[in-house]
Amino acid sequence: MAELFARPASHDPAAPPVQVDGVCLNYDGTAALQDVSFRLAAGTRVAVVGPNGAGKSTLFKVIAGVLRPTSGTVRIYGGLPGRHVCIAYVPQRSQVDWSFPVSVADVAMMGRIRTMGLFRWPTPDDWQVVDAALGRVGMLESRGRQIGELSGGQQQRVFLAQALAQGAELVLLDEPLSGLDMPSQAAIFSILDDLRASGITTLVATHDLNLAAERFDQIMLLNRRLVALGSPSEVFTRPLLMEAYGGHMHVVPDGDGVMVLTDTCCDGEEGHD
Amino acid sequence: MTDLLAWLAEPLQYAFMTRGLLAALIVGTVCQVLGAYVVLRGMAFFGDALAHIILPGVAVAYLLGWPLGVGALIAGILAAVGIGALSQRREIKEDTAMGVIFAGAFALGIALLSTQRSYAVDLSHILFGNLLGVSTGDLWLMGGLAALVILLVVAFYKEFLVLSFDPVLAVTLRLPVTFLKNLLLVLIAVVIVTSLQAVGVALVLAMLVTPAASAYLLTRRLPAMMALGAALGAAGAVIGLYLSYYWNLASGPAIVLTETVLFFVVLLFGPSRGLLWRRRAATA
Repeated sequence: MAELFARPASHDPAAPPVQVDGVCLNYDGTAALQDVSFRLAAGTRVAVVGPNGAGKSTLFKVIAGVLRPTSGTVRIYGGLPGRHVCIAYVPQRSQVDWSFPVSVADVAMMGRIRTMGLFRWPTPDDWQVVDAALGRVGMLESRGRQIGELSGGQQQRVFLAQALAQGAELVLLDEPLSGLDMPSQAAIFSILDDLRASGITTLVATHDLNLAAERFDQIMLLNRRLVALGSPSEVFTRPLLMEAYGGHMHVVPDGDGVMVLTDTCCDGEEGHD
Repeated sequence: MTDLLAWLAEPLQYAFMTRGLLAALIVGTVCQVLGAYVVLRGMAFFGDALAHIILPGVAVAYLLGWPLGVGALIAGILAAVGIGALSQRREIKEDTAMGVIFAGAFALGIALLSTQRSYAVDLSHILFGNLLGVSTGDLWLMGGLAALVILLVVAFYKEFLVLSFDPVLAVTLRLPVTFLKNLLLVLIAVVIVTSLQAVGVALVLAMLVTPAASAYLLTRRLPAMMALGAALGAAGAVIGLYLSYYWNLASGPAIVLTETVLFFVVLLFGPSRGLLWRRRAATA
């Protein structure tokens, strides 16, 4: 039965966690991603921003090895993404069936399934890993609750616990902040700080450009192609934002920087994929 | 009390009733283990289509004088794998493709059966089941298939759980997703074949979905949902069979009606997700 599993990819800790070269992806004739190339250093926290339909979720799925690029290559720690088990993709909240009959601990335990292997049941060691992960995200007391009973921020934290239980070194979060109040966002950021301290690379898709500017090491500006990747002050400039958002945004000069007002911003759902 | 015992014991003096009761218990129980996944993954239409697609297999087996279960099993597994492959393609929506094949296969099955003189009786048994015609051999086959299904569902429990809850996670964990999907489809086909004799092609969907839906309303964990579904499925099967004996109803429909009544009772009066409870909570 073991041959059913793809053999794990080569994992070179010295290689960059993400290296994308010339990736294009076409959906039914339209280009969702065009010639995207970049590399990230370990432990970086990157905000992925861009208008609706910019291909943020698509890029995440390509990096996670869920979608195969039409052309170009993706390397995760030097290996092909389709065989890596060190990548966690946290879906948009609207993509999850919250009425599914599973508890908080069940969802976190799902991250351990590959480590456990076929025909094995969770051992006390596995539960210890899961409880430690739930503890790190502050959800240990809720371990027995059904996931639909949680608030939006708590639901996000359960998936982060799952990524921790998986031992992920690259975490992709799709719109984790939208629809959350300030304290819930702060709780997510303190977990993201914890991940960064452990050398875990995180990519976070978001519509909130203010949060992106304030709380992230790097900004990836995406609109099917990679418009810019760099520090917030390098990326959040009038020409680059205009290039990414086109007429859907107003850029207002504001003392030492620019203030940005977008009208494509919305909570939760995105139109693409 | 003794009256009740006598009432319960009376049908069991007939061997065919005892066999029917055992068959109903097996079907009522095993269907729910997979019924839980059918309900959670929204595969009710798939289940119904699969049951109908099996008909030509049953008809061919019948014309060749093979055991009906064998024909059904071959057709069911072929159909499950075929639908699995079809759903990977993009030319046509999955439910449309299923609808086309389902109706066509069903027509083929009826056409094959209509060449026979005893057409009407055979067709009604295949469509609506003939629990009281279960032989000892059938019972062994049903029991064996049921044991196999339960064994596989337990063996792949955590993989099926991830596949149903978060298919993307199943991919990023690099689980053998295609294999697991097809295995689940084949297991559903096997369970449908197991239930064929009890409730027939047309009603098999109820065995798969109805008790699982009741259990879904009452529980918050998947193992509990499966266990409660199995209990409700078995209870409905036994009660339905007794009703069919005393009220002289066809056994398949009697079982399905009992399950349906149980579902509406749960829907109305169930704690937490029940409609009455919700209304009271809303007004309080």
